[in-house]
Amino acid sequence: MIDVTEIRKDFPILKREVNGKPLVYLDNAATSQTPQQVIDVIVDYYQNYNANIHRGVHALSQEATDKYEVARQKIQKHFNAKNSYEIIFTSGTTHSINIVANGFTTLLEKGDEILVSAMEHHSNIVPWQMLAERTGAVLKVIPMNLAGELLMDVYDELLSNKTKLVFCNHISNALGTINPIKEIIDKAHAVGAAVLIDGAQAAPHIKADVQKLDVDFYTVSAHKMCGPTGEGMLYGKEEWLNKLPPYQGGGEMIAEVTFEKTTYADLPHKFEAGTPNICGGIAFGAALDYMNAIGFEAIAAYEHELLEYATQELLKIEGLKIYGTAKNKTSVISFNIEGLHPYDIGSILDKLGVAVRTGHHCAQPIMDFYKIPGTVRASFSFYNTMDEVDVLVKAVLRAKGMLE
Amino acid sequence: MQIKEIQDEIVDEFSMFDDWMQRYEYMIDLGKSLPLINEKYKTADNIIKGCQSKVWVHAELEEDKLVFTADSDAIITKGIIAILIRAFSNQKPQDIIDADTDFIDEIGLKEHLSPTRANGLVSMIKQLKLYAVAYQTQLN
Repeated sequence: MIDVTEIRKDFPILKREVNGKPLVYLDNAATSQTPQQVIDVIVDYYQNYNANIHRGVHALSQEATDKYEVARQKIQKHFNAKNSYEIIFTSGTTHSINIVANGFTTLLEKGDEILVSAMEHHSNIVPWQMLAERTGAVLKVIPMNLAGELLMDVYDELLSNKTKLVFCNHISNALGTINPIKEIIDKAHAVGAAVLIDGAQAAPHIKADVQKLDVDFYTVSAHKMCGPTGEGMLYGKEEWLNKLPPYQGGGEMIAEVTFEKTTYADLPHKFEAGTPNICGGIAFGAALDYMNAIGFEAIAAYEHELLEYATQELLKIEGLKIYGTAKNKTSVISFNIEGLHPYDIGSILDKLGVAVRTGHHCAQPIMDFYKIPGTVRASFSFYNTMDEVDVLVKAVLRAKGMLE
Repeated sequence: MQIKEIQDEIVDEFSMFDDWMQRYEYMIDLGKSLPLINEKYKTADNIIKGCQSKVWVHAELEEDKLVFTADSDAIITKGIIAILIRAFSNQKPQDIIDADTDFIDEIGLKEHLSPTRANGLVSMIKQLKLYAVAYQTQLN
């Protein structure tokens, strides 16, 4: 069980006020807050051992390198990758996806097919569109139903020996749907296609086991799971990472350079050109330590309670409609109130100290599907409370009263 | 009235409100009550897309003055548009070009002009000024 009162003490930001009201932070799907334990690691890095890594012979460089590589091992262990060099440090999910999309430019031919789910974030649509334009491959969409669940029978029909790549998020940022990724992966593999799963929204809630999933690529952003911004990872199976060409050229990623030819460094450095976000990588490891100390099972169970309570209370509001009602979903509630614009509701909630996201959530195709301009999205984390759900509901009622 | 005088008048009106609730209620009323744009001008060409709400703007020269009409799909945005139109419409293009928008800060609505809101308002103001520049060139 989670002791939320104790946990909240770890997050200094949760004590602050916004517009004269206690902050109720319900925008966790956009970015999570940072516990003191992670902030301390960031401060410790800059105060005590800030140095460039992998090249200095001096003590600070050694120390920073060791801690950075320990962080890589923590990530490896957390996601159960076979080898630590299959974990590539990136600036986040978008960067991770672009490494793969860029790499496939040389591996695809005209007429090859790429499948992408209907509920993707723009960051998991645009790089593939660009890849399709570069290669002449065809982008096809796996549709969803009104509840926000993928139509798996249509997926079966779309799969063929032309399918080379399948992309899908583990959890939808706009709807909270948990996708059946094991089934998606197995079926794609049956036709010889590679699969990238965008785990940005899943990683804060579910501990993914990349070996058990047999996934080819899995991407994560640290800032959505109590870590810093500008940091993330790409997991790739060794065989795939060896096949893909480097994404960026620069220092760190080379073995030998002459003006005639450069040979690339081994994994993972081949994909880590330039000085990385060293502090960010170390803090990412600390964030995983923090979340694992609480326990992902306890986190998921508590967040499910928050989801059920918030859903039940919000649905009592007349005219309120929830988008994304999949049976299997995480603690994200996207909603609108009949006749009201999400921007107006969000503006008033902000005045009442309640932080939610409004708009299309970088997933315009989903909004087009429902024929709405956007939604209000409340997303809950393990440090939110039932009382905060009550504050949200009261604030929505007040906004409704003012706007109608 | 000059733009600056109108802006001062708006600032005066808003100074009577005690808190944000009253300001917002006033804006919501403004948004609801004003017929802002002829439907035929709500075209794709006249739309300014923000990630949050849409804004439509149309400009017409009447003698030497520029008349703006506009609309939005969000009511608070519409309220601010009503205020902007009151300040900038029916003015000479050169005066619109020279005018500033600091009064929005003074009436406590600064956050709606922040780029993070992405509600189309920042682009709308830019568009008003661009229209003014275009028509000023025409007048010259």
